[in-house]
Amino acid sequence: MSNYVLFAIILCYLGVLFYIAFIAEKNAKSKWVNSPYIYTLSLAVYCSAWTYYGSIGVAANEGIGFLPIYLGPVIALPLWIILMRKVLRISKQHKISSVADFISLRYGNNRFLGALITIVCVIGTVPYISLQLKAVSETFDIMAHHDSYVATGIIDDSTFYVAVLLAIFATFFGTQKTDASEKHKGIVVSVAFESILKLAFFLVIGIYTTFVLFDGTQDIYDRISQTDGFSALTQFGAPEDGFTWFFTIMLSFSAIFLLPRQFQVSVVENIRERHIKKAMWLFPLYLLLFNVFVIFIAWSGTLTFGTELNAEYFTLLLPLHHDNIGLALIVFLGGFSAVISMVVVSTLALSTMVSNNLIIPYGFLGKFSKEQSGKNTRYIKNIRRISIFTIIIAAYLFYVNFSIELSLYSIGLIAFTIIAQLAPAFFIGLFWNRGSSKAAIIGILVGFTITAYTLILPFTLEAYSSAQNFVENGLFHIEALKPYALFGIDFLSPPAHAFFWSMFFNISCYLTFSLTSKGNYRERNYAEMFVDPRNYSSLQDSALVWKGEAYVSDIKNILVKFLGEKRTERALSLFFMKYDLPPDMQMADARLINFSEKLLTGSIGSASAKILIAGVVKEEEISLVEVLKILEESKEAFTKNKMLKEKSEALTKLTAQLQNANEELIVKDRQKDEFLDTVAHELKTPLTGIRAATEIMQDDADDMPAEVRDQFLQNMLQDSDRLSRLINNILDFEKLATGRQKLEKQRNSIQVTINKAISSISHLAQQKQVRIQNKSTDEKEMLYDEDRILQVLTNLLSNALKFTPKETGLITVRSKVFKGMIEIRVEDNGKGIPEEDFPYIFDKFYQSKNQNTVKPEGSGLGLAISKQIVEKHGGRIWAQNNEKNGAVLAFTLPIQ
Amino acid sequence: MKKKILIVDDEPNIVMTLEYTFKKQDFEVFIARDGSEAIQLLETMVPDVVLLDIMMPNVDGYQTLDIIKKNDRLQDTKVVFVTAKNKASDIEKGLKLGADKYVTKPFSVKKIVAEIQELIG
Repeated sequence: MSNYVLFAIILCYLGVLFYIAFIAEKNAKSKWVNSPYIYTLSLAVYCSAWTYYGSIGVAANEGIGFLPIYLGPVIALPLWIILMRKVLRISKQHKISSVADFISLRYGNNRFLGALITIVCVIGTVPYISLQLKAVSETFDIMAHHDSYVATGIIDDSTFYVAVLLAIFATFFGTQKTDASEKHKGIVVSVAFESILKLAFFLVIGIYTTFVLFDGTQDIYDRISQTDGFSALTQFGAPEDGFTWFFTIMLSFSAIFLLPRQFQVSVVENIRERHIKKAMWLFPLYLLLFNVFVIFIAWSGTLTFGTELNAEYFTLLLPLHHDNIGLALIVFLGGFSAVISMVVVSTLALSTMVSNNLIIPYGFLGKFSKEQSGKNTRYIKNIRRISIFTIIIAAYLFYVNFSIELSLYSIGLIAFTIIAQLAPAFFIGLFWNRGSSKAAIIGILVGFTITAYTLILPFTLEAYSSAQNFVENGLFHIEALKPYALFGIDFLSPPAHAFFWSMFFNISCYLTFSLTSKGNYRERNYAEMFVDPRNYSSLQDSALVWKGEAYVSDIKNILVKFLGEKRTERALSLFFMKYDLPPDMQMADARLINFSEKLLTGSIGSASAKILIAGVVKEEEISLVEVLKILEESKEAFTKNKMLKEKSEALTKLTAQLQNANEELIVKDRQKDEFLDTVAHELKTPLTGIRAATEIMQDDADDMPAEVRDQFLQNMLQDSDRLSRLINNILDFEKLATGRQKLEKQRNSIQVTINKAISSISHLAQQKQVRIQNKSTDEKEMLYDEDRILQVLTNLLSNALKFTPKETGLITVRSKVFKGMIEIRVEDNGKGIPEEDFPYIFDKFYQSKNQNTVKPEGSGLGLAISKQIVEKHGGRIWAQNNEKNGAVLAFTLPIQ
Repeated sequence: MKKKILIVDDEPNIVMTLEYTFKKQDFEVFIARDGSEAIQLLETMVPDVVLLDIMMPNVDGYQTLDIIKKNDRLQDTKVVFVTAKNKASDIEKGLKLGADKYVTKPFSVKKIVAEIQELIG
């Protein structure tokens, strides 16, 4: 394939990426751009050309040694729910835009620490980027069928143009906003897209190699196991190899948090905290899929080419060897995708760090504070743009001058080891509030020096001079200073060895100096906040202690310079609203200072923000004791406030409950009054009759006709009966309602009870010439209080009797058994019950308007008592109308 | 001419005693068993006095009084509540609505006769 065709394909592919990023920026609010899947896929920026090509080289030469690099993240991901959540919360609250910002903020906005971290990251990342460029260049070469590749000059080198194109891409989508903590959705979506491509293409070549070129995994294994030196590849030389594995896993564990590009995609670009829940299982799955075919491709390559060719490019060489150019092109594009995403995200992250933690705080601050907002944002953007180009060009130059001789895998591990120097300051600082900035700086410096001595230096020397003197004999020929076997530890792989010793000294320094130096109050303040973010997020802007004098107008002037008039006004008015402050406030308080620092952090980094604000305020020194006291006080105030709020809520609830209870009591009281009224009325009525009749008979004894006297006497008897019946019923009802009436349940036959009830009312029925028939046939023996059920039945029957017409009246008792209950129905052929009466029939003293007699004979309590009795037995009572005519009063009783 | 009295009550035994008493006092006695019967009757006759129970089915005493008060023909008719409701508030309410007398149950027959005599003199 010719150079030009290949370059045209690359251009087209980059065009597609530009388009995707453009569409994503345009639809920045759409659901798919903000989905957890995009987040997870963007994390796969972890899989660079190193993964895509390098791990096959390792697998071919060293066996399964490539795996620990992926096991670290797999182990780290489940811990994200604790670690990453904490990091995310702090970062979002403080508008963190890079790992340097994060760590330096933890140590009190320390400017030097931020710069140091930036430099460490640049040293670790630039060779790493150059390694990506190297992969592009070499694969480009293989695709173009050059046998060997020598860069003759920048102008002829396609890699140079690729690098420039990537710089343009990163600049265009990475520096649209001044605030670096804002999301770069275009870049993230294109990275996610590339992650799909590289995985898919890698799986395609894996399947092609394993199942098309060979007969499956078994076939490859059978053949490779017969080659020389095979056993060395699969053996696990314990326990020394175990240590190497352990340290390599630790190395990649810290890398997944600390690599600038990983911090960028996982923290800065994170949209929602809950996305980490999906990423926690999806990302390890992604890594697993990526590694499924590595070993088989490596073995297939070894079987096909022996050990002569560079094993890192087996994925390209295998299809080319079988003249499958299309497939090779796909693999090339997959690798190219891995490169682009790594280079773009890394340079974006680095440029933010370089501008916010190095250039602005150390050079441009004075200039900024004199300029206008439009110019300042342009300056900041330009600094970032220039940084991006500089980083990529530096990487290119590094590649041209140094890395041609180096393998992808080795440079990758060196980069990991350098970045890992940030781990103690990062991880321990998150959980230990004593960690101080001095300790962090010394730890990183010492750790980096050890790494340089045990890894970078010997590695470079080995690559460029055949002289093995330094490695074999150590510095000044001292045995203990051999770079690969410091103090006699000679069984670890060089990166694991370097990691072990650098971490050992780094952590030791960190712990020692943290315990001996206390750090200033600001540092302690931030430390408290990082270690216990949950506690402090509630305090919000008051979480940072500040004491001094500052004018709101001064602070506003600074904000305007970076945010512009409009954004500043908006932000401040929101702030005043949030804390309920007067908008014409003159003097700034601690909250405004902290709020303003936060606002500026995204644009110029936390260190610069602090310096700028400090320039216009007159800050008073506060002692550490005072800081802790103030913090404790605001925490206490907050807790007290919360407690008061809780108490007041509880009180409100209690008041409501009391009110309800009171209302219920009032209703009950009124009901009781009504009941008493009705009872009094009901009692007075027969009493009136008796009294009046008695008086007349007394006064008129002589000239009263006999039949009138007889009538009065009969009335008096009737009224007395009514009176005593009423009194009995009231007592019954009251006993049932208050629960004082206990049921005396015994085993009885329901038929017997029904017949008893019918016979007790039969003489009344006969008087009225009403027929009562029993059609119930259920001979059920069951447990109930017979006297009471008899009362119910009698009440229902006499009620029916009241409503049936004379002579043609017919009352029928029926029963049926179902679901462990017996239902007994008393049906009549009267006028039926008016619809509106149904809800009240069983209320006490409710009298239907539809009775045949003018004045009911009952007490008005019969049905109410019946209801009580039935419900006490666990049954139900109700009224309904018959389909043809008449009413039905029915009740159920449980058989058991 | 005989004085006319209308007794409105749903308790037949009480009606019986009042009927006997006022017939003896030479009244022409009319009987209604509730408010609606009373209203029907009042369309054809104008009594001198109405003895009105309050708690009755269908149309109660208050409603009946209201209708009587609104009827111009019945302007001279006196209304006496005869009821078991004996709370002060009930009595006040009854008199406020326009009843001329308020007798509580159980009543003395002699007293009720005296009250009526006084009322229609």
